[in-house]
Amino acid sequence: MRQWRIEVSSRAGFADTRGQDVREDIQELGISTVESVHSAKVYLIEADFDADFAERVAGELLTDTVCQEYRIGRSVPPAGPMSATVIEVHLKSGVTDPVAESVAGALADMGAGNVETVRTARKYILLGNISDDERDTISRRVLGNDCIEDVICGTDAEPPSPHTLPYELKITEMPVRTLNDDELVALSKDSDLFLTLVEMQTIQNHYRMLEREPTDIELETLAQTWSEHCVHKTLKSSVDMDFDGEHIHFDNLLKETVFQATQELDKDWCISVFEDNAGVVKFDDTDAICFKVETHNHPSALDPYGGAATGIGGVIRDPMGTGMGAKPIANTDIFCFGLPDKKLDEIPKGVLHPRRVMKGVVGGVRDYGNRMGIPTVNGAIYFDDRYMANPLVFCGNIGILPNDQCFKHQQSGNAVIVVGGRTGRDGIHGATFSSGQMTHEHEDIFSHAVQIGNPIVEKKMLDALLQAREAGLYEAITDCGAGGLSSAVGEMGEKLGAVVDLEKVPLKYAGLNYTEIWISEAQERMVISVKPENVEAICRLFASEDVEATVIGAFTDDRKLTLRYGGQQVAQLDMEFLHEGVSKYSRKARWHSKKLSEPDIAKKDDYNDDLLEILSSYNVASKEWVIRQYDHEVQGGSVIKPLTGACNDGPSDAAVVRPKLNSEKGVAISCGMNPLYGDIDPYWMALSGIDEAIRNIICVGARPDRIALLDNYCWGDCSKAETLGSLVRASMACYDGAMGFSSPFISGKDSMNPECVCDDGTQIAIPATLLISAMSLVDDVNKCVSMDVKRAGNLLFAVGITKNELGGSHYYKIRGELGCNVPKVDIKTSAETARRIHRAICDGLIVSCHDCSEGGLAVALAEMAFAGDLGITADLRGLPVSDDCIRADMRLFSESNSRYIVEVEPEKYDEFAKLMLNVPFGQIGEVAEDSRLVIQDEGQKSVIDMDLKTLREAWKKPLMLS
Amino acid sequence: MEQVKAIVLRAAGVNCDLETQHALELAGAEVDRIHINRVIEDTSILDGYHILVFPGGFSYGDDVAAGKILANQIVHHLTDAIKKFIASGKLVLGICNGFQVLVKTGILPGVNGGDIGSLSGQAVSITDNDSGKFEDRWVYLAPAAARCVFIDPDTRIYLPIAHAEGKVVAKNSDALEELRSQGHVAFRYVDADGEEGPFPVNPNGSMDSIAGLTDSTGRVLGLMPHPERYVHRTQHPHWQRLDQQSLPDGRSIFDNAVNYVRSTL
Repeated sequence: MRQWRIEVSSRAGFADTRGQDVREDIQELGISTVESVHSAKVYLIEADFDADFAERVAGELLTDTVCQEYRIGRSVPPAGPMSATVIEVHLKSGVTDPVAESVAGALADMGAGNVETVRTARKYILLGNISDDERDTISRRVLGNDCIEDVICGTDAEPPSPHTLPYELKITEMPVRTLNDDELVALSKDSDLFLTLVEMQTIQNHYRMLEREPTDIELETLAQTWSEHCVHKTLKSSVDMDFDGEHIHFDNLLKETVFQATQELDKDWCISVFEDNAGVVKFDDTDAICFKVETHNHPSALDPYGGAATGIGGVIRDPMGTGMGAKPIANTDIFCFGLPDKKLDEIPKGVLHPRRVMKGVVGGVRDYGNRMGIPTVNGAIYFDDRYMANPLVFCGNIGILPNDQCFKHQQSGNAVIVVGGRTGRDGIHGATFSSGQMTHEHEDIFSHAVQIGNPIVEKKMLDALLQAREAGLYEAITDCGAGGLSSAVGEMGEKLGAVVDLEKVPLKYAGLNYTEIWISEAQERMVISVKPENVEAICRLFASEDVEATVIGAFTDDRKLTLRYGGQQVAQLDMEFLHEGVSKYSRKARWHSKKLSEPDIAKKDDYNDDLLEILSSYNVASKEWVIRQYDHEVQGGSVIKPLTGACNDGPSDAAVVRPKLNSEKGVAISCGMNPLYGDIDPYWMALSGIDEAIRNIICVGARPDRIALLDNYCWGDCSKAETLGSLVRASMACYDGAMGFSSPFISGKDSMNPECVCDDGTQIAIPATLLISAMSLVDDVNKCVSMDVKRAGNLLFAVGITKNELGGSHYYKIRGELGCNVPKVDIKTSAETARRIHRAICDGLIVSCHDCSEGGLAVALAEMAFAGDLGITADLRGLPVSDDCIRADMRLFSESNSRYIVEVEPEKYDEFAKLMLNVPFGQIGEVAEDSRLVIQDEGQKSVIDMDLKTLREAWKKPLMLS
Repeated sequence: MEQVKAIVLRAAGVNCDLETQHALELAGAEVDRIHINRVIEDTSILDGYHILVFPGGFSYGDDVAAGKILANQIVHHLTDAIKKFIASGKLVLGICNGFQVLVKTGILPGVNGGDIGSLSGQAVSITDNDSGKFEDRWVYLAPAAARCVFIDPDTRIYLPIAHAEGKVVAKNSDALEELRSQGHVAFRYVDADGEEGPFPVNPNGSMDSIAGLTDSTGRVLGLMPHPERYVHRTQHPHWQRLDQQSLPDGRSIFDNAVNYVRSTL
């Protein structure tokens, strides 16, 4: 056995793009001493083959000899006057290395014989006179991430081989029966269980009754199952709320708000809601669609690339594990970051720069989503410094599955089979994290430790699972997400019972103890339940697609969860205690309406500069840099793409995909969110989010009567009464919005986020953030409408009333003001407006439609104009306004909800006007041949007058990153 | 030929197989999607088909380099079968990742099929975009090789690209000149008026604006853009602005292939 080291780098004359990227990132750090960076890929292969074969491996497999060259052994830095610093970045032991796995397979194809291990690394040679401090900064901030990687500087020693010792069974009991309260709390803390005293007492009483002590794995299983992540202790608790002095009580907050609306609406097109891994609704006569949105915040804060990749990878497995398994058809992603232009010295210690977080998160979603072959079609990015230490990463996935496969048919006697990736120490709490990084301790950190995903393992698992579903070879399926096998098997066996032989679980490497196997959150695994007579056939099918499938146990009928290792029982838990035993909580909440006021802003002759500033503010600016990195067209179903218009650069309101290529029916997807409004009142923030998501989806032509909503709460520390109070306000709005729009919530998730404690002791809490996602149907995609103006001479109408509602607006934000007149929603009028707009689209009366939101009317008109590459001449006299909306700046920049701008051909005017009867609307201008946006006030004085090029550039430039 | 039959090869990470099947079916072919493992087990499977398609995706994660692991697998298991397939007058199409595979196996540009299997002797390759990033955008393509049976020689077409490694490179200027002089260039990136230009007209920095290559027979085509993503009017990024009648540009590649088989084989 020899260890071969093969280094591959660019040949002279061919660009070293990785090296160039690194140099740019170093310059962004403000380090100017690095003159150039050379990068190389390093392969470390432990194998029996000889030097001749090593040459073949290097020359035929690992090197593209047209543009690359290789060296067997360690290369030396180029000779020259500049000093060279060599830095290598290796993955930590146990971190998934997908490239190494592929190389191992390719070596087998080459007939390489016995290959013990393959590892990969990256090598950088930095030329220039770099100080040790600079080298360390570059290593830490650009090259490596010490959560998952080891950075090795200036040594010739190879990193230690990742061999681990085999595990020898040792069953550990965790005595609880005789502990006092302090000791119970200490045990929970020391073992990273994150169980409260009441929960520990519940467990203690249970084991006193059983007259034995729990094993370590039993306590871990209870901790996983009872975690905030799995049971939503906050949203399901009973709440006593002081609302401006008035007392309100909820027995179960979630059940009496979000759930209740769904129950009361009782739509016959809802197939399975809040039950399965995703909410399922009817699509057509043969198929259903399902939608789930998850957050992956803490892992993304620590390792933006890996955290976001496993975020999207994890949420894709939700539809895959819904019903009998759906085929994913679209991804969504919504991110909240700190401002990307922050100076380095403004970043709190231990926090990654928002720009690095953004690049990493986008890269992670890109690489996982694109490799899975799922189009990423809809999203948004919000910037606010309060997200700096706690970036939010929402990933969503939509899937399609047959109507008659929406439910599982679990039964005892079936085999428990784990399919897909192998199990390693990934994501075991505390194992992959050094304690130094956990400055903000919270259970979510532990339940989502950093992992690297391998999308190809997930893709081939998906290919095989869909075939197995078609063949009817399994009876139930779920994903291994948070809590790993513990949650997956625990849930599937809840009504039955299950016995699992943990030593049968295939491992990435030896040495895992039974608890680690059971709670590992290694990615790309699903659990299926298979009738004994189908086991052989399904295992053969998986093998034929190179997917591992292993029988690890059986479902029983004793309502007990029994775990064994090597034949010895290591745990036995009552399913009832496991799933029903968790204590209920009661919490206090308080909401006192804020005393805010409107700022005093002087009138101006024109508002050209204000419009430019809003267009180029990060939240409004074009996200093209991000969108183009996502494949939004794979699967061939895209109808409304995220970018549209004459030059394919206008911002679409929502996405439409056609999931069945032989059908003209489509699925529309949109979102709504505005954390700034929550600084004034979370109730109106939530309703605004619902209204915005619905407006967006209506704009493209989706049906108003089939809108399904999803909620994703990201809140601060809800043990504080004020924070919980704001969450209660938002939940009340969710109920009112769902009822008013007759749009049920079908799925949701919450994530409680810790406050970041800075060095100076100040605490930064994230703003109350509620993401509303909407999904609806399009009966005929050929009638879908885009937001770009189409033809000079067409008429433009504003539908919906513009009010004096600049609170939380961008117009105020660019002045550093918040205001108090937050946009409200007249739900009845809004719902009626949506129905009329939809009717007009169906009747072919509207050729473009854009929602009026951030930045108000002025921004909406500017976007429509430059997307259509045609001018707009508008006039504020025709704008439907409330009595107190007088000034031109109010009319231009108010962010009142429920407003649409539509383009109508002159010959369709009468029909359109008839259809809009009793809905507030007015003609505000027309599409012009020239390339200018001109908006005149009441007195026909131009308050906006600018050429499209200036507007488009202002909008495009801020986020055109390298 | 009564019924034209096409095989779309699947492998771990291939992800454009379904829409490619759909595009071929619209052109009138009967299509099977088959895992490469089945073909390796029994290469005679290929005998039943007239068109072999390597669809887009990220075969084996594009680990090492795009298409490299799958190319390695094909070279070690399917070289003879594919040589035979081409020699018998049949068609091979590689789209995006499939193009990368065709180049990295040597099937393209392939002189008389002779270079297949020579993994280290490549003169042409496909590597990282100049931007260093994955890009999804629409491009205009000017046809360049009249002998290629997939192409309408006089029609500029508009298709999407979606790749991170699409830059066609030649080992040296002689190799590039040979591509040109021997008529291997199938498509070039151009602007709406047919002129070559820098990014974004040439979205990845390909030498000589090369977007696709054909072999000496004209019956093998590889291209980075995705014709299967524009076979339905509503797939165009601003179809609402188009004339209702225009036929989606991607259709021609598949129609030409099926018609060629129908009239020739």
